[in-house]
Amino acid sequence: MARVVVDVMLKPEILDPQGQAVQRALPRLGFEGVSDVRQGKRFELEVDGPVDDAALARIRELAESFLANTVIEDFTVKVEDEKVGAGK
Amino acid sequence: MTARIGVVTFPGSLDDRDTQRAIKLAGAEPVALWHKDKDLKQVDAVVLPGGFSYGDYLRAGAISRFSPVMETVIEQAKSGMPVLGICNGFQILTEAHLLPGGMLGNDHLHFICRDQKLRVENAETSWTADYTAGQEIHIPLKNMDGRYVADERTLDMLEAEGRVAFRYLDFNPNGSLRDIAGITNEAGNVVGLMPHPEHAVEPLIGSGRTDGLPFFTSILKKLVNA
Repeated sequence: MARVVVDVMLKPEILDPQGQAVQRALPRLGFEGVSDVRQGKRFELEVDGPVDDAALARIRELAESFLANTVIEDFTVKVEDEKVGAGK
Repeated sequence: MTARIGVVTFPGSLDDRDTQRAIKLAGAEPVALWHKDKDLKQVDAVVLPGGFSYGDYLRAGAISRFSPVMETVIEQAKSGMPVLGICNGFQILTEAHLLPGGMLGNDHLHFICRDQKLRVENAETSWTADYTAGQEIHIPLKNMDGRYVADERTLDMLEAEGRVAFRYLDFNPNGSLRDIAGITNEAGNVVGLMPHPEHAVEPLIGSGRTDGLPFFTSILKKLVNA
């Protein structure tokens, strides 16, 4: 078992009103010095068997066709450290 | 002879019955289609209605786009079958890449419901031939994720090719780029828009206008005269 993490973010040129609302709330909470916030999505995939190149290629395909809409979003795929995952 | 127009019901569709009713009022035969059925029951055209299919989980329209019925709709749309997407239906069409661009949450972060003034920009599609270009109409609008976005190149292409079908007038209700309310594909058989023409087909209800009815008479004429 291994965990693969897919992070999905709106493309940088696309307005993110949710991120802006979060950013505007920060000074009220006493957080200064944060000039921009962008909000995205994180998917944690628990994968059976080894995460080899073929498995990663399939997950990338899944991310590209379903988890992200690449017309408006970018995504990254990374394998989480198995030791860290096992410690949880 | 009349035309058979399919209306797909997804889990979470809200306006499928209103759409069937609008089709009937226009003089065509509505045919109920089910999201799990690949079979389109030999309809001549398909409407993807409004609502919140699959609760808008992941992204509005993202899960519906992979339903069995959409496999056939996508295939047939590419070979010329007329398809209209209203609100959630528009979102499904962009997710299916039958229409360019994407839909995101309203820029003001609130649900909005209002009578919306629009300008018909393209009266040559399968679904807009009974309008005249430049005509101003009022159609109810109700959405959470109605902000149309696309990159500058795509927007310029849509404008240059006359593929912006409808534009918001006086007030942009959701932050859509270039006030775009609806677009068409290159062939003019696939049209999507956020406002709801099926809610403006009878003088007795809603705004008292029937500004939405031409969508359904347009397609009927096209199919019967074909």
